[in-house]
Amino acid sequence: MLEKALTGSRRYGILVGILLALFGMGVYFYSRQLEYGLGLTGMSRDVSWGLYISQFTFLVGIAASAVMVVLPYYLHDYKAFGRITILGEFLAIAAVIMCVTFIFVNLGQPSRVLYVMFHPSLTSVLFWDMVVVSVYLVLNVVTGWTVLSSVKEGVPPPAWVKPFIYLSIPWAISIHTVTAFIYAGMPGRSFWLTAIMAPRFLAAAFASGPALLILLCFVLRRFGGFDAGKKAIDALATIVTYAFLTSIFFVLVELWTVFYSQVPDDMEHYRFLFVGLEGYNTIAHGMTVAVISAAAALVLLINPRTRKKDSFLAVACVLVFLSLWIEKGLGLMVTGFTPSPLGHLTRYTPTGPEVAIAIGIWAMGFLIITVLYKIFLSVREAAELD
Amino acid sequence: MAPTRREFLIIAGLSAIGSACPPLGRIIAKETTSRGTLLPGAPESAPALKAKRWAMVVDANKCCDDCADCMTACHEAHNVPAIANPNHEVKWIWPERFENVFPAESHAHIQENVRKKIIPVLCNHCDNPPCVRVCPTGATFRRADGIVMMDSHRCIGCKICLAACPFGARSINFVNPRPFIRKLNLDFPTRMKGVIEKCNFCEDRLARGILPACVLACQEKALVFGDVEDPNSKVRQILDKKFSIRRRAELGTKPQVYYIL
Repeated sequence: MLEKALTGSRRYGILVGILLALFGMGVYFYSRQLEYGLGLTGMSRDVSWGLYISQFTFLVGIAASAVMVVLPYYLHDYKAFGRITILGEFLAIAAVIMCVTFIFVNLGQPSRVLYVMFHPSLTSVLFWDMVVVSVYLVLNVVTGWTVLSSVKEGVPPPAWVKPFIYLSIPWAISIHTVTAFIYAGMPGRSFWLTAIMAPRFLAAAFASGPALLILLCFVLRRFGGFDAGKKAIDALATIVTYAFLTSIFFVLVELWTVFYSQVPDDMEHYRFLFVGLEGYNTIAHGMTVAVISAAAALVLLINPRTRKKDSFLAVACVLVFLSLWIEKGLGLMVTGFTPSPLGHLTRYTPTGPEVAIAIGIWAMGFLIITVLYKIFLSVREAAELD
Repeated sequence: MAPTRREFLIIAGLSAIGSACPPLGRIIAKETTSRGTLLPGAPESAPALKAKRWAMVVDANKCCDDCADCMTACHEAHNVPAIANPNHEVKWIWPERFENVFPAESHAHIQENVRKKIIPVLCNHCDNPPCVRVCPTGATFRRADGIVMMDSHRCIGCKICLAACPFGARSINFVNPRPFIRKLNLDFPTRMKGVIEKCNFCEDRLARGILPACVLACQEKALVFGDVEDPNSKVRQILDKKFSIRRRAELGTKPQVYYIL
């Protein structure tokens, strides 16, 4: 089926070309980072993780969210998702590959990455994260590809693939839980040291992932001649709405605990996140955008008249995605490090090369999505002609 | 001349057999070391200093304000680069103010001399070190005598230990550190870019029977090093007599650097 990615319209060619160019830019700047070291980025001794790891965290959520289409279809026989489960799985594949790449570019000694497998440390959450994320990638490649192959042949999916599909459901939950455990188990980082981190991650994931999937479905309808169906989009929009509400509820629960208990250490971080400390308020500005986007998205999503209208829904999905990208991305990352355990405020600003590398990885991800979705469309078209 | 197919197969076969027999290589290597040819010209050293549990006492009262003897000695002994950019700094032992070292114990009416105090901070060589727990490759590990070690050759530079350490005791080499080493000490290795480093309680010197560099450099004898499990050790004698505190003990990492203020 791969050959179907090699032919296509002019527009497809241009899109692939642009994404390849952006990816190439990322590769160029990464080669410079390899030569110079992580000093090329804005990370520092105090803020030792930045844009890269924040994107990793956010994208694990996008990957896990495939479960929101797989579960209703395979466990509850929700037929409307039948047309888009493969799209969800392919989105997960692209997201997982982006995750792994973001982890990779964050390493000081990337040539040693396989030491994690050669010298595994069973107490390390990072080791387990590598395990669950890799297995999740394999699960989605196997199930997505096999199911698409049977679409091509016009036969039902083989029975042997079912156990893999069922396994992928709890596995999706596990990848984001383990990712949350990376943060939620560090004694000196009070901002992350909260048991609600994993549930919060999952709620945010089940809002941002399906929001992106809705947007991708709209793109496919406009440019790919594929209609996911009104019922499927409506159901996805409902999932986004409830997950987003849950996600916001979880943040409010955190705020209550922190500000009612008034433990200074905990409050400092949330003050930094929402209003800034000693004039350092870049993150707080970002969070203002996140809060306004979230409020606007909620208005559009809760009101059924706007939610059921494609144009409003598209805007709402963009806002949900943006809001969570800020909150769960740099907001979560930088605030965990600021102030430092010694009480110092160190500014973190991603550098140009760092941003270019991140854009390159996102472009790579979108390239994978583009190619996989193109294969999906071509296979369906051919199958329908038969 | 390019090898013939037959020659190629012979070479490939022999290589395969060779790579399957690493013990031979190990035997040869062992021979060389046992003859003592590994470090030619190494000085005849005193017997190694050993302890059940190494620990340090920092008597901050004895510290003078602008003295940096311990820091200079440490950084020179361990080829720690002097990088001016604070974001990329590498520090093994460095000065901090009281409110930063003991945020929970700090308050508005604390004695003036304590508030202004500059206190040396370093890796606490915790008994329950979170850095060791989170390291995905075992590059950082705890020895039986309590020293938390770094294997720079195993470290992949993921920086999770920097996030896990509640004392900010770890640094990563954001750039190649070698051009920033002021005076090269040939008895201790340098590091490469991208790996993490921190205080090693001078395990390299203990193995040669010498006390840590910072301890010997301090003219006020503010730093005392010894076996905290040994009731007759100097550290225990001080801890028995004076009130001591540890940094952020409530986190349960069990720091083994004790402060007297």
